[in-house]
Amino acid sequence: MKKQPFTGSNSLLSSLEHEGVEMIFGIPGGAILPAYDPLLDSPIRHILARHEQGAGHMAEGYAMATGRVGVAMTTSGPGATNLITPLQNAKMDSTPLVAITGQVGTAAIGSDAFQEAYTTGLAMHCTKHSYLVTDADELPNVIHEAFHLASTGRPGPVLVDIPKDVLNQPTHWYEPSLTGLPGYKPTREGHPKQINAAIDLIESSERPVLYVGGGVINAGASTELAEFAVAVNAPVVTTLMARGAFPDDHPLALGMSGMHGTYPATTAIQKADVLVSLGARFDDRVTGKVDAFAPHAKVIHVDVDPAEIGKVRKAEVPIVGDARLILRALLDRVLSLRDAADAPTRQEWFDQLDSWRKSHPLSYDQDPDGPIKTQHFIERLHALTNGEAVVTAGVGQHQMWVSQFWKFSRPRSWINSGGLGTMGFAVPAAIGAKAARPDDLVYALDGDGCFQMTFQELITAATEDIPVKVAVFNNGGYGMVKQWQSLFYEGRISATSLGTTIPDYPNLAEAMGCVGLRVTHADQIDVTIEKSLSVNDRPVVVEVVTDPEEMCFPMIPAGGSNDDIAMGPEDL
Amino acid sequence: MQHTLSVTVEDKPGVLARVSAMFSNRGFNIHSLAVGPTNVEGRSRITLVVDAPELEQLKKQLHKLVNVIKVQELEPSETLEAEVMLVRVSCDPASRGEVGDTAGLFAARMIDLSPKSMTLEISGTPDHLASFLDHVRPYGIIELVKSGRVAMKKKSDVSTSLIGGGTR
Ligand SMILES: Cc1ncc(C[n+]2csc(CCOP(=O)(O)OP(=O)(O)O)c2C)c(N)n1
Ligand SMILES: [Mg+2]
Repeated sequence: MKKQPFTGSNSLLSSLEHEGVEMIFGIPGGAILPAYDPLLDSPIRHILARHEQGAGHMAEGYAMATGRVGVAMTTSGPGATNLITPLQNAKMDSTPLVAITGQVGTAAIGSDAFQEAYTTGLAMHCTKHSYLVTDADELPNVIHEAFHLASTGRPGPVLVDIPKDVLNQPTHWYEPSLTGLPGYKPTREGHPKQINAAIDLIESSERPVLYVGGGVINAGASTELAEFAVAVNAPVVTTLMARGAFPDDHPLALGMSGMHGTYPATTAIQKADVLVSLGARFDDRVTGKVDAFAPHAKVIHVDVDPAEIGKVRKAEVPIVGDARLILRALLDRVLSLRDAADAPTRQEWFDQLDSWRKSHPLSYDQDPDGPIKTQHFIERLHALTNGEAVVTAGVGQHQMWVSQFWKFSRPRSWINSGGLGTMGFAVPAAIGAKAARPDDLVYALDGDGCFQMTFQELITAATEDIPVKVAVFNNGGYGMVKQWQSLFYEGRISATSLGTTIPDYPNLAEAMGCVGLRVTHADQIDVTIEKSLSVNDRPVVVEVVTDPEEMCFPMIPAGGSNDDIAMGPEDL
Repeated sequence: MQHTLSVTVEDKPGVLARVSAMFSNRGFNIHSLAVGPTNVEGRSRITLVVDAPELEQLKKQLHKLVNVIKVQELEPSETLEAEVMLVRVSCDPASRGEVGDTAGLFAARMIDLSPKSMTLEISGTPDHLASFLDHVRPYGIIELVKSGRVAMKKKSDVSTSLIGGGTR
């Protein structure tokens, strides 16, 4: 055992070490100051972000790249309010996060003291749970509970608010225990009766579809998913959050469904007779008009969060539990009934899917002399890296194109903001991912609009020696919003143009200690990518000047039925 | 549609705020709320009467709150419920007797008396209180305050309507 710590701050650091924390993303300030002193002597690495939103997204990137809990630490007041966006982002995407915030001294709470904010109140709606620690003796248990809550059941963000006097309070550290959560008992094993019912339904199905969400990645269930899909011979659709949960080059893969999903994926769900939802939540970007979603399907809904079941769509067979354990149980059940090789062939269904693949492929035109299409750059990057990269994205057209055109082959290689759609996510999330996985190539694929929200974190990357790579797709504006204005507001372009010349991205990158590159012609893409890959001692920013007029298709207008997929503007 | 929910929670700061916020976030109105300790140390019980079209999702969302231990929906036919009401009725010495008689019939207790008013304390089912109010309203109600409803599941199989006041 190490030496007994003296204060709440020491206890906090001991607790974080006890939880196996290897790095913290944060920014110090008055109220959290005491915690930053023992941090100096701790093996935990601190990564000094340039904005607390950046620190939060870095912690998310870390968590999404590893499956471990990401940790962010900030001061009270503005430090805490700047964390709100990442907290809500992590809540929406079920990312395990622990946020530590300083708070004004206990006696000053409620007095509008300097840098006071009602942090636990603010956090109430954007965390899985939050704590205000009023006695340093509670710290070991509270921190332990926080990590337990963040990482079990449906993962999510947990905030621990610690007043400055509590950080300074003499205390002792003890081995924490989990006695304090009488109401928290996540179900892990699926109910055997439901497992059997699900298999009965799937086995007799003519047109089954596995609809896979981020829960499968959180549960580490990709291997089980692949085995199960083959064993029941059912095609697999992945949501935006689940890209990488199932390999895109698998014969059963249909890609992403929904608003900008592939025609075969979205349409397969529309025609399915059995829909097996695995860790997905029937998000409106997936369902379109709910009443018209999967109208013929009986639904088997597997989720670790009971509140997801029946929230949007009634489930004929609800199964609450961990996706990996349930997939294992489903698999065992199938194999207890028949040999793996005797799966129904469903020839008609697979012929149908193939014909949709052929009739409605993803497509774009790269004119060799014309402006660069983002899709083309993405495909070239994939080719030149063998797809062996962790890619992050912002929010907008570029995000959808990465999701469509990057062929994912493994989980935790795709890190994006799905539920909240947070612009500015890509750069800090990439930094967190790269810090977590220094040996892997981490490439942020960002929009110019998004980049301008958080690019200052590249200073963090440069100074902390975290050599991420960033491609900024400069289409001169908020492409996705402009697309809606073009399509649904008679082409009246309002406040979505950013111009293409300011900032000068390569110069901006160089000023931040990164290497700055620019590519304007399609024939220069490969050399530029190679160049970016050859730099490993500094972050690299590649400005990719792209076609401002390109639109993202397929598309289903908001609230429209998924039967009405537009493959291009002419279909709208 | 009104529903009565009994929510057992950890007795910790912020729990009530979380529970009530869960309803307000979704645009549901809490009609009545009562919170207090239970026979188990560290556990409180919140009794809520809410207006909501359906309860399944709300119950699950309540369960999702980490400090919530148990959520029970109480069906009117199998529920014992009670409210406490203080009501100040206008009455002068001349009408005092009549008001006092009515109070007696309803087992209401006089707790304050002035030349122009009588203040009564009454507890019982919501119907019992409503019925009492009907009878004293003609004298003029000066002030009224009601507690939140408390409720628990019945153990006997006697219909609640027979043991006083009836159901809602
Ligand atoms: C923080 C935030 N503000 C506003 C929006 C609305 N929004 C969605 S996409 C988008 C444009 C994104 O522009 P850019 O990063 O250049 O991506 P593009 O669509 O051009 O590829 C905007 C403004 C958002 N998602 N997040
Ligand atoms: Mg753009």
